[in-house]
Amino acid sequence: MSAPLVEGRDLVMEFGGPSLVAPRRRPVRAVAGVDISVRRGEALGLVGESGSGKSTIGRMLLRLARPTAGQVLFDGQEITGADRATLRPLRRRMQMVFQDPFGSLNPRMGIGQAVAEGISLHRLASGQAARDRAASLLERVGLSPGLYGRRPAALSGGQRQRVAIARALAVDPDFIVADEPVSALDVSVGAEILNLLRELRRERQLALLFVSHDLGAVRTLCDRVAVLYLGRVMEEGEAAEVLRAPRHPYTRALLSASPGRPGEARGPRIILRGEIPSPAAPPSGCVFRTRCPYALPACAETVPALRPLDPTRRAACIRDDILAMETAA
Amino acid sequence: MSATAAPLLQAEGLSVAFQGAKGWMTAVEDISFALAQGETLALVGESGSGKSVTAMAVARLHAGAAGTRATGRLRWRGAGGDAADLLLLQGEALRRVRGREIAVVFQDPGSALDPLFTIGDQIAETLRHLRGLGRREAAGKAVALLGLVGIPDPARRAGEYPHQLSGGMRQRAVIALALAGEPRLLIADEPTTALDVTIQAQIVDLLRDLQEREGMAMIFVSHDLGLVAGLAHRICVLYAGQVVEEGPAAEVLATPRHPYTRALLDCIPSLEGEPPRGIPGLMPNPLAPPPHCRFADRCAMAVAACREAPVPLLDAAPGRRSRCIRWEEVA
Repeated sequence: MSAPLVEGRDLVMEFGGPSLVAPRRRPVRAVAGVDISVRRGEALGLVGESGSGKSTIGRMLLRLARPTAGQVLFDGQEITGADRATLRPLRRRMQMVFQDPFGSLNPRMGIGQAVAEGISLHRLASGQAARDRAASLLERVGLSPGLYGRRPAALSGGQRQRVAIARALAVDPDFIVADEPVSALDVSVGAEILNLLRELRRERQLALLFVSHDLGAVRTLCDRVAVLYLGRVMEEGEAAEVLRAPRHPYTRALLSASPGRPGEARGPRIILRGEIPSPAAPPSGCVFRTRCPYALPACAETVPALRPLDPTRRAACIRDDILAMETAA
Repeated sequence: MSATAAPLLQAEGLSVAFQGAKGWMTAVEDISFALAQGETLALVGESGSGKSVTAMAVARLHAGAAGTRATGRLRWRGAGGDAADLLLLQGEALRRVRGREIAVVFQDPGSALDPLFTIGDQIAETLRHLRGLGRREAAGKAVALLGLVGIPDPARRAGEYPHQLSGGMRQRAVIALALAGEPRLLIADEPTTALDVTIQAQIVDLLRDLQEREGMAMIFVSHDLGLVAGLAHRICVLYAGQVVEEGPAAEVLATPRHPYTRALLDCIPSLEGEPPRGIPGLMPNPLAPPPHCRFADRCAMAVAACREAPVPLLDAAPGRRSRCIRWEEVA
C-alpha cells in the first residue's frame, strides 16, 4: 500500500468562540478530530448531511482553511501552518471544483482564456502554447473548440461545470477536491459529468476527494468512502462494500433514505427521528446517539473510537451486536 | 382511490404560453391527465420540461398575470359534486378554490412564510380567513395542525418565528399551512429538493401518510424518479413541454415505454454500482421546438420516421400512453 498523497491527522476546525462582545460564546466545532488520507490515484468519497463538516475537511486539506488543531500533509510535507510562499508551488498540484461553476468563473472572460490563464499563471506554457493547451483541454472535457471565446453566461450549467473541470486540470494537478460538483445539475447532465470525472481520474491517475451527499454518485466514482456526522467519521471503508453492507447505524439510515434507482434493494427502511443537532451543542458521547434507533445509556458516556471491523473497514459504534449484523433489523 | 369514480381533476389539452420578446412562447403543450380523489400523480422531468408550469397552471397561480395564457380545460369536481373548469374561474369563485380546495407547497419553505409572524399566528390567521374560525379556536387548531405534520412540542413551536426553525421544520410548517384549508388537492413542487436526504425521507413519509389519512389527492413535482417511486400512484413524464409517457407508477418504472423515461432511469447513479448513463445533447429550445419528436435528436432509438412528423400520445396498454412510435421496442 503506497503512502498517502494527502493526509489529515486529527483535524479539528472550530468557528466563533469568545470575542469582546460575547466573552462566553462557545466555539462551534465543525470538525472534531478526523483522520483522513487519500493515496495517489485514489478517489475518496466524503458523505454526510449539511453540517457534517465534509466541505470544511476538503478546504483544510487544500489549505484553503487553516485547521484549529491537527496536521495536514501533502506528499509527505507538513503544510499545516505553511505560509503563502510555501504553498504557492503546491497550489499547482492541488485544485478544487465547486458546486456552482458560475460562481467560480470570471463572467467577463472567455472560457478558453480562463483555462489558459491557469496554465500561464503557473508558468506551464505561455502565449499560443497555453491557448493550444487550453483548447485541447476543453475538447477533452467535451466542449467544442468553437466555444473557446464564449463567456460563461452563454453556456449551460453542465457546460460551465466542464469548464471548471478543464481549468482544474489545466495545471496537471495530482489532487482534486470536487465539492458537490453535480448536485446543482439536472440528472442527465450530472450523470455525464460523473462519467467524465470517472474517466479523467483513471486517465490521469488523479487523487480525488469527492464531497457529496449522494451515495449513488460516490458509489459511481469512489474507491473508498468516509461517512461523516457532526464533524466525526462514523464509518469508512471500500465504497462498494460500505454501500452493499453498511455496518454503522447512521450509514444504514443514510442508505435507506437515499432514493437511488427505483427498486434497488438497500435494506429495510429506517426513518431517523429528529434532525442533526447543532454543532454548537453536540450530544455527549456518541454524537449520533440522539437519533440512533439502537442507542443505549452507555452511548452517552464516551465518544466511541473508530475501530477496525476488518482490514478495510472501520466504524465508530460501541454496539458490536449491531455492527455485526449483515443487514439492519 | 377508485378508478371508476369521476376524477377529481381532469386536464384536457392544457397549454400554457408566455409572452416573450419574440412572441408567445409555448411552455407546455396539450397536457392531459386525470387525477382521482386520494391519488398521487407525479409530474417528472428535468429543468425546462414544463412540470412546474403545469402544476402552477392547475393551481391557477398564473391567473391574471399579464403575458401568460393558459388554454384547454381543467375539469374540477367541486366539494358538492358540481363540475367547474378551473381555467374559467374568476374572482370569488377562484379564491374559494385556490388556497382552500387546492393548496401548494413550494421548494423553498422560507418564501412561503412571513418572517415577522410566528408560525402559529400565520396558520391561525389562515384558518380564520379560509374557514371563518374564531380567534381562540384558530389558535388551538393551528397547534393541532403543527402536531399533525410531526412538529414536536407543537404548542411551544407555534410561538416561534420561521427563522427559529430548521429547513425541515419550516417545510413541515408550510405543509401545516397548506392543510389549513382542508384541501382536496395538494400540489407539492419539489418540496424536498432543498433538504438533506434523511429529512427528505421524513417529509416524503409525512406527505404519503397525510395523503392516505386525509384522502387528499396530490400532484408531486420532481426531477427524481427514484424519489417518486415510493410516493406516486401515477407518473407523467414531461419533456420539452409535452407529456412523453404516462401510466401507473409501478409499470412506468418497471417497463418504461418511452426512451426518455428509460434514459432518465439510467441517469440515476446506482447504489449497486452500475455506472449512470447521461443523455448527450440538450433539450430543444422551447421557442423553436423541432416539428417532429422533440426527443429524437438525443434518442438512441431514433429512426427516420421520428423526424417526419409530430408524434401523438399513443396507447401502449390500458391506462398507459407513450409519445414514441417505437414504444414496443423500449427495453
